[in-house]
Amino acid sequence: MTTTVTTGQAVAARAVDVWKVYGSGEAQVIALHGVSVELERGQFTAIMGPSGSGKSTLMHTLAGLDSVTRGEIFIGDTRLTGMSDGDLTNLRRTKVGFIFQQFNLLPTLTAEENILLPLSIAGRKADPKWYETVIDTVGLRDRLKHRPSQLSGGQQQRVACARALVSRPEVIFADEPTGNLDSRSGAEVLSFLRNSVREYGQTIVMVTHDPNAASYADRVIFLADGQVVDELLAPSADAVLDKLKGLDAKVESAADASQAG
Amino acid sequence: MLRATLKSLLARKLRLILSTLAVVLSVMFVSGSLVLTDTLGRTFDNVFSNIYSYTDVQVSAKSETADAASGNSSAILPVPASDVARIEKIDGVRKATGSVFVSGARVIGKNGKVVISQSGQFGGSWTGEDELTKLISGRAPSAPDEIVINNGLAKQAKFAVGDPVDIIARAEARKTYKVVGIMQYAGNRDSMAGETTVLFTEATAQQVMLGETDVFNVIDVKGKDGVTDNQLRDNIKAALGPKYTVQTGDELSKASSEAIRGLLKYFNYFFLGFGTIALLVGVFLILNTFSIIVSQRTQELALLRAMGASRWQIIRSVLIEALLIGTVGSLFGFLVGMGLGAAGASAFTSLAKMDSAGLGLPVAAIVTSFTIGILVTMISAVLPAIKAARVAPIAAMRDAATTDKPLTGITIGGGVVTAVGVGSLSWGLAGAGDATLLLVFGGVLLTLIGVALLAPLISRPLVAGLGSVFSWSVPGKLGRRNSSRNPRRTAITAGAVMVGIAIITMISTIFSSLSTAIGESVEKDLQADLIVYGQQTSDVPPIIQPDELKQIKALPQLQTVASVTYDVVSLNGKQDFVLAYDDVPAVITVLKLHPVAGRIDHIDSGEFTVDEKTAKERKYTVGSTIQVTFAKGQTKTLTLVGITNSTSNGNGVVVSNTDAQAGFTFPQPIQALVKAKDGVAVDDAKAAVEGVLKNNPEVSVQTKKELVGSSQQQFDVALVIVQVLLFIALGISVLGVINTLLLSVIERTRELGMLRAIGLRRRQTWSMVTIESVVITLFGTVLGLVVGAGLGAATVTALKSVIGFGAVTLPWGYMIAYIIGAVIVGAVAGLIPAIRAVRLNVLNAIAYE
Ligand SMILES: Nc1ncnc2c1ncn2[C@@H]1O[C@H](COP(=O)(O)OP(=O)(O)OP(=O)(O)O)[C@@H](O)[C@H]1O
Ligand SMILES: [Mg+2]
Repeated sequence: MTTTVTTGQAVAARAVDVWKVYGSGEAQVIALHGVSVELERGQFTAIMGPSGSGKSTLMHTLAGLDSVTRGEIFIGDTRLTGMSDGDLTNLRRTKVGFIFQQFNLLPTLTAEENILLPLSIAGRKADPKWYETVIDTVGLRDRLKHRPSQLSGGQQQRVACARALVSRPEVIFADEPTGNLDSRSGAEVLSFLRNSVREYGQTIVMVTHDPNAASYADRVIFLADGQVVDELLAPSADAVLDKLKGLDAKVESAADASQAG
Repeated sequence: MLRATLKSLLARKLRLILSTLAVVLSVMFVSGSLVLTDTLGRTFDNVFSNIYSYTDVQVSAKSETADAASGNSSAILPVPASDVARIEKIDGVRKATGSVFVSGARVIGKNGKVVISQSGQFGGSWTGEDELTKLISGRAPSAPDEIVINNGLAKQAKFAVGDPVDIIARAEARKTYKVVGIMQYAGNRDSMAGETTVLFTEATAQQVMLGETDVFNVIDVKGKDGVTDNQLRDNIKAALGPKYTVQTGDELSKASSEAIRGLLKYFNYFFLGFGTIALLVGVFLILNTFSIIVSQRTQELALLRAMGASRWQIIRSVLIEALLIGTVGSLFGFLVGMGLGAAGASAFTSLAKMDSAGLGLPVAAIVTSFTIGILVTMISAVLPAIKAARVAPIAAMRDAATTDKPLTGITIGGGVVTAVGVGSLSWGLAGAGDATLLLVFGGVLLTLIGVALLAPLISRPLVAGLGSVFSWSVPGKLGRRNSSRNPRRTAITAGAVMVGIAIITMISTIFSSLSTAIGESVEKDLQADLIVYGQQTSDVPPIIQPDELKQIKALPQLQTVASVTYDVVSLNGKQDFVLAYDDVPAVITVLKLHPVAGRIDHIDSGEFTVDEKTAKERKYTVGSTIQVTFAKGQTKTLTLVGITNSTSNGNGVVVSNTDAQAGFTFPQPIQALVKAKDGVAVDDAKAAVEGVLKNNPEVSVQTKKELVGSSQQQFDVALVIVQVLLFIALGISVLGVINTLLLSVIERTRELGMLRAIGLRRRQTWSMVTIESVVITLFGTVLGLVVGAGLGAATVTALKSVIGFGAVTLPWGYMIAYIIGAVIVGAVAGLIPAIRAVRLNVLNAIAYE
């Protein structure tokens, strides 16, 4: 099953001049400084940046998990800003998928039940053909009846990927999906994510620290101090690394300057 | 180390509150009952020392049938008036005053009902004003129908000087008297302890209260100056001989208050029983809380170990936490208990119209509360502490995934404990003499603990079964899976519920079996259509006056009327209860008696009959003789002439009416069994009998059906009281459910976050937690119902030979109510954890630390 990928044509998720401020007064942290990004449909986007630069915050606001202080978020044509919890839940059920660094599988359920969980929560049935495709792509057919505790980290993360894919969401958000995996399992998960973008037109946004992981993406967005500072298309690991080094130098000199002042 | 402990303690406030609350509730019962009995005890002490404060020495006749334990006897033995003169001649005596003062003067109020007083309805002779009594209005009685009443009675029944008052005296039928004076006691007391008192002229008092002339029941003796009370007592004792009881005022007051304290002791046992149950449930809760604390702190503990803390230090840190919780819990438990005890005491004293001695701080209550509270908490924390000490330092580096430990050990342990418990219970129930109570109690306790240990194993299939009811929805399925996630924790939480429910069910099973048995046996054994009797409210039984009985017998609607009277006697040196019938053949018909040996159709003076079972127990055969000392003092040898079948109503020794009339305290009929003529409607017969009894406010007529109903109603009332008290124990177990769920919610924060992130609605989250709560509560309840019904059935079956009923009636109504209650309680217990789960910030939940 293939879909025509219309790169640059449709936008899967969009942030328009988004500000996110935590706390107030002395303890105030501005996590996002007027960020505007467009995530194109059928693209694999990586978000990179130094620790504390606002990657997770951006992703959470894009996914409707967190509210914004100012600005607007869209998923497809739906405006998230100002939506009620119930509507946001509905949106997450139908249009958003998640992959977490910690896998976050339910230990009481089998791999299969975990995969089908978002659908059963929403009271929907899986499309059997798509389900079979997903299972085969993640290569878990012989592990379906196992509990998470009987699976390796890599296998658990593949279950989590399958769980995100099976409901065919508009966007899948992945926060450091390979952060807890060794390089081999990481590579498996990443190529699997890339395949689902290439072959099935899935939109994926991934936060990562790893230039190698970022090289699987179609596009890399660089964040620093809550602002989009750079971007790279069809990146290679080396190119990403160079950009990051440049960023670190900028951040350091900025920090020195603020200390001096 | 201590600082670390304190910090982690304060960091978990809610948990702290819940586990402290468990200790508070457990200790509350104990301290409450101790404070209550202490206050009441001192109140009674005051009363009696007031009553006897002006008495030097008192002389009365010695009763053979007096209850050694209480010192009370319903039998009043008169002393001849001539003794007064005799005593006055004794060395050291200044003055002797004979007086009549006995219970059994039932005053009929303006509403036509007897004026009720829990402290007694006294009638006596007016001996003039003295240090203790003075008239506050009117004058002393001088004519036979004139009386003085105490101000308490005057206030309670709104009598004033000049009012006519109807009284049923101890030895006289209802008669109208006239109030000529109202008196008070020293210190402006309206009564000593809320009793009602009527004082007649001396001659009337002797006549209507003692039934004889020229007799008193007590002689008050005043000593000459310089003669001590003890000297005086010894002088009189020596002069009068062994047939008299001679006591100083101090001795009397002590004896009376000791008697009351003896009764209060049972009161205390009753509440302490509930306290024990509450403690037992509390142990489960505390144990569970600490286990969870330890497993939650695994990483923290491992870190401490890695940094060089010894096992003993770890154990100590957990135990210190327990000590703190135990101390704080005991303190609050003691305070709350003191409040409850004080409230109970003031309710009691105001009901009984007594002056409360005021709230004391009984040392026993303080010591017991703190000892029990702290000890129980520490003991409950020992196992978790050991578990904590076993945490390997390496666990600090690992994710604190608790692997499922096998349940083999705990299951074998549970099996053994259950077996020992059941064994001890059956041994005790089979009758083991003095050890019976201990064996039964220990057996019930061990069985409960054993089943609690088995619960993790049972929980797997049972929770799955119960949970499948909810599996139609995704949250239901998740909730069910969660509840079987940690069998030990589920089981121990449910175990607390189980203990409470098991005890309630056991008691309801016993009560409902008893109630049914009584209903059935009355139905089966009693041929009477109507039963005439009154509720006994004092030591004087309500009496059917002889001429009333005569009139009833003459009623044309009735076929048979048989009257029954009974009294306490000393039988072969032991206190016993004997019956007498005025019309043996009539009773034989009504009670469906038939001879098993000898003859039973008449009993002459010097003869007795007995039922088969009693005969067997005491090894009587026809021709056996017994020594009976009657209340009025005479001793007789009686010969067994016949043995009847045993029934549910009139078992035991039956003496002749002649002997009863001569020896019983109250030889008048106490009960009458009536059979209507064929063709006469029961209600018509009842109306006719009621017509005769309209002047006797104490005695009423009930149909057989009403009798069954009212006796069963008494069980229902008792059962409700027991249930209300046990609900407090159940409350503790509900705290346990809340605790467990809260901790589970906290433990599964990330999981909940993920579920919410992938689209679980708030409402669904709510039902997931609620269902887990309901499943755990239901599991405990079902387990409790089964265990409780089993224990109850065992008790009933064992009592078959003792009480004479053996059919087990399960209290289905209650059991279903408990299940419904469990669902509701489970949902309510899930409330706080569910709110917490729903309020969870999705982001915080998935962000990891
Ligand atoms: N709940 C919060 N309250 C206050 N400040 C917060 C909160 N969450 C994040 N921040 C702050 O916002 C900024 C951005 O955080 P964010 O988690 O988005 O960074 P990140 O780029 O994901 O970092 P990392 O690579 O370490 O995960 C940080 O300075 C952080 O301290
Ligand atoms: Mg982050």
